[in-house]
Amino acid sequence: MSTESSTSKETKNPAVDGSELIEFKDVTKRFGSNVVLDNLCFDVSSGKHVTLIGPSGSGKTTILRLLMTLVKPEEGTIKVAGEYLTHETKNGKLVPASERHSREVRKNIGMVFQQFNLFPNMKVLRNITEAPVHVLGLSKDEAEQRARELLELVGLTEHIDKYPSQLSGGQQQRVAIARALAMRPQVLLLDEVTSALDPELVAGVLDVLRDIAHTTDITMLCVTHEMNFARDISDDVLMFDEGRVIESGSPEKIFSEPEHERTREFLSAVL
Amino acid sequence: MTDLTWGLWELLLNGVWLTVQLTVLSALLGAAVAFVVGAARTHRLRSVRFLSGAYMEIFRGTSALVLMFWIFFVLPVAFGWQLLPMWAAVLALGLSYGAYGSEIVRGSLAAVAPAQQEAGIALSFSPWQRLTKIVLPQAWPEMIPPANNLLIELLKGTALVSIMGVADITFGASLVRNATGQSAPVYTIVLVMYFVLAFVMTRGMRVLERHAKAGVGQAPPAKSFGVRRQVTVPRQADASRDVPTTGGAS
Repeated sequence: MSTESSTSKETKNPAVDGSELIEFKDVTKRFGSNVVLDNLCFDVSSGKHVTLIGPSGSGKTTILRLLMTLVKPEEGTIKVAGEYLTHETKNGKLVPASERHSREVRKNIGMVFQQFNLFPNMKVLRNITEAPVHVLGLSKDEAEQRARELLELVGLTEHIDKYPSQLSGGQQQRVAIARALAMRPQVLLLDEVTSALDPELVAGVLDVLRDIAHTTDITMLCVTHEMNFARDISDDVLMFDEGRVIESGSPEKIFSEPEHERTREFLSAVL
Repeated sequence: MTDLTWGLWELLLNGVWLTVQLTVLSALLGAAVAFVVGAARTHRLRSVRFLSGAYMEIFRGTSALVLMFWIFFVLPVAFGWQLLPMWAAVLALGLSYGAYGSEIVRGSLAAVAPAQQEAGIALSFSPWQRLTKIVLPQAWPEMIPPANNLLIELLKGTALVSIMGVADITFGASLVRNATGQSAPVYTIVLVMYFVLAFVMTRGMRVLERHAKAGVGQAPPAKSFGVRRQVTVPRQADASRDVPTTGGAS
């Protein structure tokens, strides 16, 4: 396994359809004595859109944060595009990954946060171009060209020269989506991206995401309470409770005829 | 005041110029120390945090005057390095005020929302890039008001050098007092001189603060914290972020 293969050039979905892009193997995550994820195993194939649902505290967001290496697992391994994320192999042995190794693997992954987390010290354009230029090594022109296309996709072309503080929450979140996509990730993580928005701004953000889901081959891992949205875009829905996947399947199956009692309770509470 | 000849005024004015030089040079050294030590105290390696913390504690906990004497009198004996009094003063003031300043830097860096770091990680920025492109630019405007306080402390702290015979304002004042035998007019003039210098610095720092705030997307006329900023949002103001919505609002 060489890390040389993924140096600063962009990777454009080399994975063959059907291969496992994300692999969680026996992942356990605890915060103190609180077990958030309990021996979790699951895979996501390339190009699939997977939605994680479940009550708060069930570990959904932790999965996204593990993939972004914002938290580290106590046990188990995570692979992204065939590479270990939190570990690396040295002399045939599996050791905790260096910051550099994790960063290389992480380049395959983009994330959109609940609170947008745009950089307030940069205008919209630079929010989007900064990482492509300084992390991927794109030229400034190339990055700006890409940023303009993405801003058009999210419908914010006229706001290119504004600071985030001059935008509404919905607009900021659409910029955040463009910023994540500018890195051309294979995987997009969506962490309750509409939870912090006023109700009337939610639709605009979801429309953009629907558009992306239907027109690109990007793999999506999505934590949401928007069940209609989940139904629209998902190939698979995973129902979490107490750190375990208690039920999974197509959205039709989960939303229409859930097998598990907990799933039925949860859905009747949120729908 | 009528007893002051032009020659005596010149002594005081030369002192002002030297005090300004001392303040600027010590502030530059102090700022460099403050940024390096302050940033090191947020480093992920424990050893780096420990060393920078030790520096801060030692230099904050020792007297700048004694440090100045130490640099001037002990260094030559111990290592054979003889510094000019002026440079010994700059070194002592810079190192010790830098230790105070490092706390300002550390505090302001820590006050930047952790979510900003996370956003930086999500875009694969290196730790150094996250510090210099994301965290530091946001922390910078918050550093300026406390740094202004410290700068004024430093200005007044430069009076210590008069003890070592560096001809600053205070040194000039004692010469003038000896020449005229009058304390009241001389020291009143000197008080006013320090005040004017401090006032000019404060105005300068205000300008810097406004620029820094504009640079992080906070509107320039923002007078104080908590004042709602004027935003040019067509329909929806940014009150939206506190309202969690669950359920199918689409």
